[in-house]
Amino acid sequence: MKRFIVSVFFIIICFLLQTTVFKGLSFGGIVPNLMIILTASFGFMRGEKTGLIMGFCCGFLIDIFFGSVLGLNAMIYMYIGYANGKFNRIFYPDDIKLPLILILVSDFVYGFSYYVILFLMRRRFNINYYLLHIILPEMVYTIFITLLLYPLILWINKKIEASEKRSERKFV
Amino acid sequence: MSPIIKKKGEKFTLPGKYLLFILTILCTGLIVITFNTNFLSAPISAAGGFLLIPLQDGISKAGDWLSTRSEELVQIRYLLNENEELKAQVDELTMENIRLQQDRYELTNLRELYDLDAQYDEYDKVGARIIAKDAGNWFHSFVINKGYEDGLAIDMNVLAGSGLVGRIIDVGPNWAKIMSIIDDNSNTSGMVLSTSDNLVVRGSLVLYADGLISFEMLIDSADRVVEGDKIVTSNVSDKYLPGILIGYISSITVDSNNLTKSGMITPAVDFEHLEEVLVITELKQTTGDS
Repeated sequence: MKRFIVSVFFIIICFLLQTTVFKGLSFGGIVPNLMIILTASFGFMRGEKTGLIMGFCCGFLIDIFFGSVLGLNAMIYMYIGYANGKFNRIFYPDDIKLPLILILVSDFVYGFSYYVILFLMRRRFNINYYLLHIILPEMVYTIFITLLLYPLILWINKKIEASEKRSERKFV
Repeated sequence: MSPIIKKKGEKFTLPGKYLLFILTILCTGLIVITFNTNFLSAPISAAGGFLLIPLQDGISKAGDWLSTRSEELVQIRYLLNENEELKAQVDELTMENIRLQQDRYELTNLRELYDLDAQYDEYDKVGARIIAKDAGNWFHSFVINKGYEDGLAIDMNVLAGSGLVGRIIDVGPNWAKIMSIIDDNSNTSGMVLSTSDNLVVRGSLVLYADGLISFEMLIDSADRVVEGDKIVTSNVSDKYLPGILIGYISSITVDSNNLTKSGMITPAVDFEHLEEVLVITELKQTTGDS
């Protein structure tokens, strides 16, 4: 229950930050992708199922406000969350290399699939431009923000896990 | 143990694989439904707007404050230079103003003569503030803090300062989503003010970085359209009211078919620093009926 509330809280805060404050802090018009950080890190911290539900919620929220069709972002984010959940087995909280690489790859996959679905399909073939001016800068900025946001997510996750264990023990 | 026989008290859990499958079908269904119709979007948008719009409204004020502060520091240097340039320009403009006033006197006379009073400063307008922008970096739609409770409706035109920003594509009780003319999937029908030649203004993500939008399909066999000409919304557009300034032609080239021309437009609106917009509460479709 506590976990559920915290997750909802995280999604809303990140969505609000991304659509409002970070628009003011953009570099060259590029905004970091907080929702990917959230989806990916919940995926590899908690497993496939949490990852895909988290991704679905994040994507759906974006779809409601900014999507041209409902469900497209939800689907992309959901698969990213699910794929990240596969790495749950080799995830250790002390290791920061794996999360960084996973978030980087996730953001690239998101950007690339978004390009293919919404731009390539409309005969925008100039992939180099989109890669260099949108996808890569977004990845760099996202990784930079990850370094700040990820420890916070990790810390809160640890707290919740500890409190869950405690209440389990009490119950037994 | 067979999965069908459940022990008492054992919680039923759905494996991730099946959940993924179910949600994929759900998403595909939603995509198909919303791509073809829009009966789903209204209730969902209303619910989303009810929850998040007040929060976005508040936070974006903080965001605006931050960006204004950071920009102020950068801009002080430029401002000093610009100030001198502007002073020179003021003199120039004063001269021009006098000349224009004479023209205007003539114009009012002529207009009375022709009874042309459909100017866009006579449309009813509502001011609104931008409270959120697209979550990704691919499109440039944004959300404003007024909705149908303030009399807004889909397809109403949105201005900022003197130029066209875009039109409303989605509306909730206290918010509305605007697609700007620089958006990659936006096509606007425009015309050259001086010659009344029609053209199509098309937004592009590639050109966005240079602050330009492109136009195409300009038929100008007499070669009368030149750089610097004003582009306004055309009479034949079914969404945009006629005569709203879009921008100025900054370059023009002949297409390979030798019939049409295309080129770049510098928009009249500074899309990078939009904070407040004006919505014209009049629809093109209904103006003819009344």
